[in-house]
Order: sequence, then C-alpha cells, then structure tokens
Amino acid sequence: MGDVGEVITRVHREEWARVVATLARRLGDLDIAEEMAAEAFATAVERWPVDGVPPSPGAWLTTTAQRKAIDRIRREARRDEKHKEALMLSATPEPLGAIDDDRLRLVFTCCHPALAMEVRIALTLRMVGGLTVPEIARAFLVQEAAMGRRITRAKAKIKAARIPYGVPLREDVPARVTGVLAVLYLIFNEGYLASDPGKEAVRADLTAEAIRLTRLVRALLPADGEVAGLLALMLLTEARRAARVSASGELVTLAEQDRGAWDRELIAEGHALVRARLATGHAPGRYQILAAINALHTDAREVRDTDWSQVVALYDQLLRLDPSPIVRLNRAIAVAELDGPEVALAAVDRLPLEGYHAFHATRADLLRRLGRSEASRTAYDRAIELAGNTAETAYLIRRRDQLAGTGTGAADDDERP
Amino acid sequence: MPQYLISVLHDTSELATAEEMAAIDVFNAQLQADGHWVFAGGLAAPGSATVVDGRGGEPVFTDGPYVESKEHIIGFWIIEAPHLDVALRLAALGSEHCNRRVELRPFLG
Repeated sequence: MGDVGEVITRVHREEWARVVATLARRLGDLDIAEEMAAEAFATAVERWPVDGVPPSPGAWLTTTAQRKAIDRIRREARRDEKHKEALMLSATPEPLGAIDDDRLRLVFTCCHPALAMEVRIALTLRMVGGLTVPEIARAFLVQEAAMGRRITRAKAKIKAARIPYGVPLREDVPARVTGVLAVLYLIFNEGYLASDPGKEAVRADLTAEAIRLTRLVRALLPADGEVAGLLALMLLTEARRAARVSASGELVTLAEQDRGAWDRELIAEGHALVRARLATGHAPGRYQILAAINALHTDAREVRDTDWSQVVALYDQLLRLDPSPIVRLNRAIAVAELDGPEVALAAVDRLPLEGYHAFHATRADLLRRLGRSEASRTAYDRAIELAGNTAETAYLIRRRDQLAGTGTGAADDDERP
Repeated sequence: MPQYLISVLHDTSELATAEEMAAIDVFNAQLQADGHWVFAGGLAAPGSATVVDGRGGEPVFTDGPYVESKEHIIGFWIIEAPHLDVALRLAALGSEHCNRRVELRPFLG
C-alpha cells in the first residue's frame, strides 16, 4: 500500500502534464481537462492499491480521464448544445517546426502574453506542474479562494478571447519562448529568495518545481539555447542552496559560503550545459550569460580563485543586451573585486535604484570596506527597511551591528523616526 | 470565424493627421485583402455623445458621454481572426498604423 502510494506520487509528478495536455487537445477544453485529470488521479488512489498498478499508468490515467470527460460533455451537451461549442479551445492548425507535443501547447497556453504575469505563474503551476490550488496559494501567500478565482478567471479568458491551444505563430516564437522562461525564472526566484517576510527564506519545493518544469521545457525545445541557459542558471544557483542560509537562518553571501556544502552533481550538470552552449558558437542570450557567470563562481574552489575579470567581461556582454540599472549594479559588485570598492561605489552611486534593497545593501558593503562606517550604517538601515526576505534581513542587521563605532537600539531610533 | 473589437484609445479630441489617415487606409486595405475585415469607423468627439435611457416609458436624454474619462474611444475595427494570436498581431499593426493605443476584446462566441 505504501509502495503504491509512492508510485502514485511519482506517476503524478511524471504524467500529470501529459494527461492534462492530451485531454485538452482532444476535448478542446482546458477546464474539463484539468478537472478530469484530477478525478482520474483520485480514481487511481482508490483503485490501484486494490487492483494493482496498471502496466502503463500514464495511458490508464489518460483513458480514465477521457472516459469521465466524455460522459460529462455528453451530459452537458444534452443540456445545452451551444454551451458545448463555446467551450472549444481554438486549436492552431499545425505546429511550426517545433516538436509536436501536447505539453508544449499547454506550456505556451498557460504562459500566454495576454494573461497577467501572476496569472501565468499560477496557471503554469496548476496545469503543467500539477500543484493543487491550496499549494499554489500557500506558495504565494494568497488566500485559497483568491487563488482559485485567479485560475478560474484565467481559464474564462482563455475561452472567451480564444487564446489558442498550440505553439505560437512562427514570427512570435522567440518572444513567446522568452515569455515562458520569464515565468519559470520567477517561480524559481520566488523559491530561492522569497520576497515576503512571512515566508521561509528559501523554499526548496518551489525551486525544485521550477527546475522540473524547465527540464520539461528543455526536453520539448532541445535546440533553444536560452532554455538550456536558464536550466544551467537554475542548477548552478540551486547547487549552492544548502550553503546559502546559515543554521541560525541568516543569509550567507557567496564569499562566505562553505563551498564544500555545494552540490557537486548539480554543478557538474550546469557546467556541462554551459560548455555545450559555448561549443555551439552562437551568440548567447541573457540566461546563457547569467549561467556562464554562475559557472565561473561555482568553478572557483575559494572565493579568491574567482576569475573576476571574466565575470566583469560577461556582465559587459549582458549590458549590451540589457542595459538596465540592476545589471549595472551586479557588474559593479564584480568590479569591486577587480578594481576595488572605490571604483565600484562611484558606479553604484549613479544608479537610479533608490527603492531597491540590494542597491543599499551593496552601497553599505562598499562603504564598510572603505571604512566609512556612518554612511555604511545609514545604507544598511535603508536596505533593512526595504528587504523582504527574512534571511537577508537577519544578515543585514548583523552586518550593520558589526560596524565599528555603531551604537545600539537608541541610536537607531534617532536615525529612523 | 471569431470576431474581435479593436477600440482605438485617445486622450485628446485632435483628429488623426494626414499621415495617420494614410497609414490607416493602407492597414484597412490589408485587412480586406487578407479576409480579416468586418467593419471599421472613426467616431466624433465624446462631447457629441448623448446618453439615452428608454427603459422607463418616455426616453431620457442626457448630454455627454456616459462616463467622463481621460481616455476615450475615437474609432474601432471589427475583425475576424481564427484565434487570439492572430488578433493580437492585427491589433498591434492597427495600433502602429493609427499611432494610438488600442484595446482588443473578443465578441461573445
């Protein structure tokens, strides 16, 4: 029985997206596909411990779900023929060169640019990831009912606006793939550095889910360099997860991390992906460059072994694609290692990032290294005010309180009314 | 084939320039050639609108648009497209040609 339970969990993880995706295409209705897939899994939970696990669990689930769906559509069709027509998803006629997999249609539909970003994330986790509505609500600290409504509204818009269930028009493909990757990266980042003080600092369930979904998209779009780049970036970031938060729940910076606690297997996989992309000789996109930067970090046995000039060169390359102040900020952090904190501070001070906690945290650290304790303390105060992540806040408070000549609580009160 | 309304949004009462009108003509011709065209038209300024309520016997006429807003609709297209991806593309082209933001909305199926 316990074994069957494990099998069902594994099959759910592996087959959910395929069952929903196949049903959605056959039935032309995402809503019914989702509901019937859930019912089929519920039936499996009842039946498999008694009847045994079928030889092909995925096919069994699809068939069961489809039978349930057809029963239901027949009932509804009898009630209202027109209603049934309105339910049909708009299918794009033929896939355009990409792999013809229903799961890819599902991914593109859930990540459609006509849906708000928060909706895309919720829909992707539900339809492709198979997370339940309560699980998604918990992950984003939203009321269950509100999350349910968000997903219901999304499905209603997909039907009413006729968001197609298919791969994008040829001329839309690059932008649409970028859109899918943005959704996956946001899911990963929410897990890696939860933005809310009410949440755990790092949530391995979300980072693992993002990696799993990205692996799926990579299997579906194996030739896309940016998909490979994003997967590598996630793996090389995830590899450092255990070392990233201390036992006391404090963020540990890259320089201070116990590199022995890094996951060597994930690093090896990430490095292999980066090398394979370099070998193609194609100009790398944003995620490939970020992955390459992370490959340099994870390549260094000690922080002093880091090839900072190469890191800065990669940031320069990234700036040509994305000349945003946040990229400039990250470049400046690397510049501090190469040319010293004074040069870095001059670059940082020019950035219009007054509302961004990392801007103030970076300034605070550079000012500290320059021995400018008072200015550093003011910057730490501002960073602490703006930081949402619990581990990051704990780290910033400790660093601030370690500054030379720093007073205690009373002084803080004077400074921040 | 599904139909969509493309509303053209604008925040002044200025009319389209000669270049914009010429570009709109080109876009209209393309819509017709490609079989997407249903109907299109430009609207007079919102100040010329009258709200009419005929629900209570004698109709009530009220001067002005039903809602005062910074932006208003100055024209529209009704197009046919097989699904939203095609409609979005046409809406983007429409926006480019008339040099205004547009809102794309499906008709009830």
